Amino acid sequence: MRGSPAFALAAWLALALLLSFLALPIVAIFVDVPPADLVAALGEPAALDALRLSLIATAIALAIILLVGTPAAYLLATRSFRGRSLATTLVELPLVLPPAVAGIGLLAALGPEGLVGGALGDAGIELVFQTAGVIVALVFVASPFYVRQAQAAFASVDPDVLAASRTLGAGELRTLLAVAIPAARPGLVSGAALAWGRALGEFGATLVFAGSLQGVTQTAPLAIVARFGADFTGALALSGVLVALSAAILLGVRYASGPQALGHARA
Amino acid sequence: MRRPAAALAAALVLTACGSDDGGSTSAGELRVSAAASLTGAFERYAQDLAPADLKLQFGGSGDLAAQIRQGARPDVFASADTALPEDLHEEGLLEAPVEFATNELVIATPAGSAADSIEDLEEPGLDVVIGAPGVPVGSYTLAALGRLEPAARQAILDNVRSEESDVKGIVGKLTQGAADAGFVYRSDVAAAPELRQITLPAALRPEVVYGAGVVEGAPNAAGALEFVDGLLAGDGADALAEAGFGPPPGR
Repeated sequence: MRGSPAFALAAWLALALLLSFLALPIVAIFVDVPPADLVAALGEPAALDALRLSLIATAIALAIILLVGTPAAYLLATRSFRGRSLATTLVELPLVLPPAVAGIGLLAALGPEGLVGGALGDAGIELVFQTAGVIVALVFVASPFYVRQAQAAFASVDPDVLAASRTLGAGELRTLLAVAIPAARPGLVSGAALAWGRALGEFGATLVFAGSLQGVTQTAPLAIVARFGADFTGALALSGVLVALSAAILLGVRYASGPQALGHARA
Repeated sequence: MRRPAAALAAALVLTACGSDDGGSTSAGELRVSAAASLTGAFERYAQDLAPADLKLQFGGSGDLAAQIRQGARPDVFASADTALPEDLHEEGLLEAPVEFATNELVIATPAGSAADSIEDLEEPGLDVVIGAPGVPVGSYTLAALGRLEPAARQAILDNVRSEESDVKGIVGKLTQGAADAGFVYRSDVAAAPELRQITLPAALRPEVVYGAGVVEGAPNAAGALEFVDGLLAGDGADALAEAGFGPPPGR
C-alpha cells in the first residue's frame, strides 16, 4: 500500500462507499420501525412461529453440516487423491447456484416425481411441504460456506504436527479430534457462523422446494416476503429481528473465538 | 488495483443514483408492473407493441402495490383484482383505474391426481396448494372456501400444504407433481397443458376482475395511457382473449 497517495485516497473512498452502501438498508430498516412496533410484531403468532422454525431448522441443518462436513473437509485438505479438485469444485457449486435453481434441482431430484423421490416415497420419507424439506434445502445451500472454510483451515495446519500425532500412535480419528480440530478451530468456527447466517437468510430454495406454510415450512425470510405485500411494517419489523439475530451470531463468534476468527477467511 | 477499485466506486455511485425516483428512465421506455397471472397475455401484447421499449415486471399484485407505496414508479400497474388499484388511487398513487379483464378461479390438478371435484379436496391426506392471503389468488380462494359449509371448509384448509406468494408458484408445485390440487386462474390452466381444470360450482365462484391504471407521476404517462387503452380494445384485448381471459364486466 506504499507509494501513490492518489491510490490510497481512492481506496479509502472505495471503502467508505462500500460501507455506506452496505449499511444503508440495515439502517433504513431500524429507522422505519419504531422499537415499540418491533416488539409488537414479535407478539404475533405467525412471526413467533417463523422465528422458532428458523432457529430449529437452522440448528439442525448446522449440526448435519458440521457432522458430515468436518471429516469431508479434513479429507479434502489432507489427502491428495484422484478427482480431488473435482470434488472441491462440486462442494463449492451451491455457492454460485441461484437459490431458486437449487430449489428446482432439489424438487427434480427429491420431489415425489423426482429422480430418487419415488424411492424416498416408498421408504416413507416425505420432504416437500415438510420441515425436513426445509432442512434439506438449508443444508444444500449453506454447507459450502462451512466446508470450504474448514478445508482451508485444515490445510493450514502444519502437516508435521499431524504426522507426529500419528507417529506417536494416535489413530486418524484421534488425530482429527485431538490435534487437527483444535488447531483449525478459528477457521471452523467462522465457517460454521457463515453457514448458519446463510441458512438463516435462506429463501429461494426453501420456497421452491418445501413451500411456505406457517409453523411447518414458513421460516422467517419466507414470513417476511409473505408479509411484504399485505403488511409492510410487519415485514420491516421481522426483518429487524432477523438482522439483529444475524449480527448477534457474527459478533458472538468473533468474541468467542478471538479476534483472528473472522479474519481467518483469507486462509 | 487502481482500475477495479475505481470501477467498483463508479458502480456504487451509479447504484446510488439509480434509486427508485425513476430519474434514469429514458423517454421512450414504458415500465409495466403486472400480476403474475398476466405473464402470458402481456408478453404476447408486448410483441405487438414491439418497437416500443417495454419493460414488463411480473409478481404478486400485493407485492407490486407495496413497491409502489414504497416509492417505485412504474408507468402502469395491472392487478389481479380491483381492490389494490382502488386503494392506490385513494392514496393518490394511481390515476383512476379501469377494469380491463375477468378471469375465473378454478381448481387445477396434475395428471394422476385423485381429485375430480371440490368435495375430493376434503379427503384427508390430499395435498392442496393455495395463494397467500396477501395476493389476490389467495383472497379469491379464501372467499370461495368461505361459501362452503364450515366443516368442508376446514377439511380443505387442513389439507393446505403451502401458501405461495404468487400464482406461478402454485402452478410450479402442481406441474412438478408435488401437490394434488391447487386453486389458480382459468388462464393458468390454459397456459399449462399438463394441468387439468376442475370448474368450481357457480355458487362458490368469486368474481375475478382485473384492474389497471396509470401510476401518478409516471415517467411515461402518454405511453402508459396508450398501453391501458390497448387492453380495453385492440392488441391488448386480443392477447388477453387468446390467453383465456374474459372481457371486463359490462362488455
